Amino acid sequence: MPADSRLRISEADGVTQVEFVDRNILDEANIQAIGEEIGSIIEASPSPKLVISFSNVDHLSSAALGALITINNKVRAKDGALRLSNIDPQIYEVFTITRLNKIFEIHDSTQQALESLS
Amino acid sequence: MASPDDKASGVVQVHDERAQIQEVEDLILAELGRQGYPQASEFAVRLAFEEAITNAFEHGHREQPHETVTVEYEVNPSTVRISIEDKGPGFDPSTIADPTLDENLDKPFGRGIMLIRSFMSEVAYNDSGNRLTMRYDRPPNGS
Repeated sequence: MPADSRLRISEADGVTQVEFVDRNILDEANIQAIGEEIGSIIEASPSPKLVISFSNVDHLSSAALGALITINNKVRAKDGALRLSNIDPQIYEVFTITRLNKIFEIHDSTQQALESLS
Repeated sequence: MASPDDKASGVVQVHDERAQIQEVEDLILAELGRQGYPQASEFAVRLAFEEAITNAFEHGHREQPHETVTVEYEVNPSTVRISIEDKGPGFDPSTIADPTLDENLDKPFGRGIMLIRSFMSEVAYNDSGNRLTMRYDRPPNGS
């Protein structure tokens, strides 16, 4: 993990759990770094399973959505599984408006997301 | 709630540096807070502002990264108006593909403008396409 990582990452039972340090995921450089860090986790696993929690997140940009889509594409390419959880209602509205709730599997809680992978 | 004649406005030149972008964003959002706009309004305005200024630098100033973008804003008790003008050649917003079509859902770009349109009350470009003006109307009972 980079020393200046904007992520909290843990692993249990073959599932990588990711949380964001920042409440706002807006800065282009940070978004790129986040995408690269999660991308390296995906590349290191033959069949990656990830839960990304948004429990700390108040705002995100379309560039952050783009990074999530790239992550999702990489996970699918390796027959892995990606779950999103704990999304604030206002941010969930962004997923709904963009119809990205159709391509991401979104759960209310991390626990529910983990159970869906077991 | 602020009085009906309460109004704050300004014109700011912004470089493509996070601190400068954040400073003007905080200025506008603080004014929404001072005038009693609800939290949902602050979410909408922040989102639209972020998308618009990102587009101005990423696309408008691709060939001139050191140029400034002009942000003009006015916040009054009923309406927020923000214009963002870059020094680029402009573009035709009608050429942007609909990111909500099934064939575009897994493309990691192209959502900024549709999000601005979704969260703002009105969005307009000048003829050359390098100046975006957006208006946000305070929601009914939005205090």
